[in-house]
Formats: sequence, C-alpha cells, structure tokens
Amino acid sequence: MNALELADVSVRINQAQILHGVSFTAPKNQVTALLGRNGVGKSSTLKAIMSLYSPTGSIKLNGTELIGTPTHAIAASGVAYVPEDREIFATLSVKENLSLASRSKISSEKMSRVFEIFPDLSTRQEQRAGTLSGGQQQMLSLSRALLNDNQILLVDEPTKGLAPKLVTEVADALAEVAKRETMILVEQNLALVKRIAQKIVVMDQGKIIFEGAPEKLSDSVWVQSVLGVSNRGKHS
Amino acid sequence: MSTFLLMTITGIGLGALYFLVASGLTLIYGLMGVLNFAHGAFLSIGAFVGLWFATSIMKEATIPNFILAMIVGGLAAGFFALLMEQLLITRLYDRHIDQVLVTVGVALVVGAVLGGWFGNDLRLFPTPLWFLTGINFFGAIIPADRIIYIATAVALLIGNWALLRFTRIGLIIRAGVENRNMVNALGINVRRAFSTVFFLGGFAAGIGGVLVSVYSSGVSPLIAGTYLIYGFVVVVIGGMGSVTGSFVAAMLIGVIKQFANYYVTGLGDFVIALLLAGVLLVRPQGLFGKRIS
Repeated sequence: MNALELADVSVRINQAQILHGVSFTAPKNQVTALLGRNGVGKSSTLKAIMSLYSPTGSIKLNGTELIGTPTHAIAASGVAYVPEDREIFATLSVKENLSLASRSKISSEKMSRVFEIFPDLSTRQEQRAGTLSGGQQQMLSLSRALLNDNQILLVDEPTKGLAPKLVTEVADALAEVAKRETMILVEQNLALVKRIAQKIVVMDQGKIIFEGAPEKLSDSVWVQSVLGVSNRGKHS
Repeated sequence: MSTFLLMTITGIGLGALYFLVASGLTLIYGLMGVLNFAHGAFLSIGAFVGLWFATSIMKEATIPNFILAMIVGGLAAGFFALLMEQLLITRLYDRHIDQVLVTVGVALVVGAVLGGWFGNDLRLFPTPLWFLTGINFFGAIIPADRIIYIATAVALLIGNWALLRFTRIGLIIRAGVENRNMVNALGINVRRAFSTVFFLGGFAAGIGGVLVSVYSSGVSPLIAGTYLIYGFVVVVIGGMGSVTGSFVAAMLIGVIKQFANYYVTGLGDFVIALLLAGVLLVRPQGLFGKRIS
C-alpha cells in the first residue's frame, strides 16, 4: 500500500525544466530515501509535493490528488515538511515554534514524545530559536513536524552542515521517528540511509534513474557511478 | 526648559500621528510584501466617516462622542481596507508592479470621489473644547489635543503588542513576517492573517485620519498625501515589518521635525530627508529591520 504516488511530475521554473516526468511511490510505514548528486531535483521534488512549486502530472496522497491544492491544505491533510534549511522562525521562541506548528492544542503527551526524542529542546523552550545551534535548530524543525498526526513526513537533508556529533544525534532521532512514521528522506549520508530506509529512489538531471531496495547501496561500483560518492558512508 | 519640554511633547504628539499611519503600512508590507499606496485613502475614509458620524449622528462635540467618532472612522477604514484586500489584493500577491498600480489607482479614485462629494476645502471637525486648552507641564503649556494623540498611539502600540504576543493570529503574523511560505507549509492559511492585518492597518489609519483632522484644523481629501509620505519614511527608518521600529522612528521624526521647525521655519522636512538618507546609507534595513542578505 502506497502513502504517496507521483506520476509524470514535471516542474518548470522560468525557462528551466527542473523535473522531467518524475514517477515513484512511497510505501506506507516505510522510509523511502531520495538520492542523487547535488542539483538533480531531490529538494525540488519535495517542494513540488508541497505545492511550493507548481508541478504538472499527478501526486496522490492515499489516493487523493494533491496537484492544484494549496500548500497549507496539503500540510493540513497530513504531509509534514522539514525543509533543507530548517526554516525555523528565528525570532520566535522554541515553544512558540512548536505551538505554531501544532494544528490542534498541543497535548502534554505529544510534547513529552517530542522531548523524549529531542531532550535538548525541553530545557530551551523559552529560548529564541535563532540562537539555537545548527543541530538544535534541526531538532526543532523535526519536532514541529512530529507534533501532528501525519500521513507522511518529507525530510530534506536533515544532517546537512552538522558537526559529526550532531549528525549522530539527528540520525538517532530520525531512526526513532522512522519506527512510526512514513517518510521520504532526502539525504547524502548513505550510512544513515542504509540504517533507516526500506526503499531508495535515485534521481539524475530531474529524472528517476533507479527505484528499488537499499541493498543496492552495497554495490560500490554502482554507487560511485550514480551518486559520485563512495558507499562507505559517513559517520552516523 | 519649558520650550524644550513643549517642543519634545508636541513632537511626540506629531510622531503619534505618523505612527498611526505607519503601523498598518509596516505590517502590511512586512507580512505580505504589499506596497500599499492606498493607505492614505484609509486615512481619508476614516476622517470623512468620523466627520459624518460626529456631525450627523452625534450633535455635541464631547470627548466621549469624539472617541466614538474616532472608533467609527477607524472601523469604516478597516472594513474598506478588508474589502480592498479581498477584491483586489488577493489576486495580486507577489505581483508587486500590479500592486503599486492598483493601490495608486484606488488612492486616486477615493481622493477623487471624496473631493467630488465634499470638495477639497477643509471642513471643520467638531472638536471638544478641552482639546483647545493647554496643560501646564513643568511650566510648559502643552496643547491638550497632543495628549490624545499620544495616548491613542500608545494604546494602539499596546494593543498591537498584546495581539502579536498573546494570540494565535498574532503568532501567525509574526511568523508570517519572517517566512510566509513556511507558515503555509505548516498547514496554516496565512492569507487569513493577511486579511486581519489589512483590517487592523486600515483601522489604525482611520483613527489616525480623525486625529489628523483635528491637528490640521479640518478634513480634506488632500491631507492624506502628506501623512502617507511620512508614513513611508517612518516605515523605512523604523525597518520594514517592525511595529516597534515604526513607533520609535515616528517619535524620532516627530521630535526632530518639531525642533528643526522651531529654529528655522520649514527646515523640518529637509532634516527628515537628511535623516532618511543617512539611515539608508548606514543601515538600509532600518533601525529595527532585518538585514537583507
């Protein structure tokens, strides 16, 4: 059973064709990793799903068409988005960021669950989000997404630009989240992908070139040829 | 000393009028990126509806009646702003040139309609007698109407602050000023916040319109232009999107202008132009604005 199905999704921005007929599925209760070199259209695919770009084709969430639906309605229907640059609200406190993100009154149970995964945030609720470290901001960005009952979680490069120790913390948190959420994960850290993903989708120049099991990532020649990196992976 | 006090307090009073115009402008631009040249029309509508209420409905120029007229003028301008946002601006988000053309058009139409209806001559606003008295403040005789301007601006600032700080719509507005797309991506229809801000901006400008009518000794469709220009100057100096910045900048401009005009008649506008140029050179994002990367 698929949570999300993309069929022939294309995005054009000004004169540039960013996505060329992207089609893949994200199965329910699984993590689908979206891989590829920089600039191949991974983040654009997530933005197209969120209607932050204007895609053509078909994007279905549990059978319901999302194309033409405004961003806020897509999010309200249960698509949680954790953007590449975190995009936390720097002038708001941690608590205000969480309160804003929650579509219903935040229950103490939900807050406890979030703080269980990210204990660092529980002691910083009154702190301005802009003064948090990069890792803490990433945790806040993930926390915002976890406060609601989601159909799917779109997470864009959560370990990008983080120090190795923080990468480990975020990776552990993601592994915890992956136990109960359906997720599409854009990530360059292959060790993390191997750890939590049940499916990989590889993109190149705005197209899907591979869709299958993550075991393929053990083939170093294949990884080097399609991703341009070693499959030994980074520390996670 | 009494002259210094008089200049300072009357300057703050003038700044209060500028703030009433600028507070809506700064929120509307900060949240929606809409350069609203029709903001002066909100001020005119507030002034004329307030005048109609004060002369046709309330027969006596008492302080409670004046406050009621001010609120009615504010509400009329607020609803006009909301109507304009719903009918015109919602179709033009992210189309800045079109926004400028449409809002300039609305300003011209409103000015022409009011001018055609009431004429461009000043029409006296019924003012409570107390406004024309002076209050002795450490030897300085302060015109009483200035106290009303300052109290209204402070009340509006506190109201704004409370709305932004303690309500969910305020939280959405603050977040929206920072990153509109991300607010949408959290499942919040940020356009509802836009409508609220347009209403509030219109309301503040409408109240400002009634007070400006008292300050300018009458109502005319022509008075809005000057205050709109000063509103923009306040927004630029205070920083786009910052209500606190607008408050500080408005007070600063009011006081500086008052002192400059005291020493050399007519120097005030020139000094403010210099101040604007200086801020744009040294701190282009304004005193309280975010740095643009």
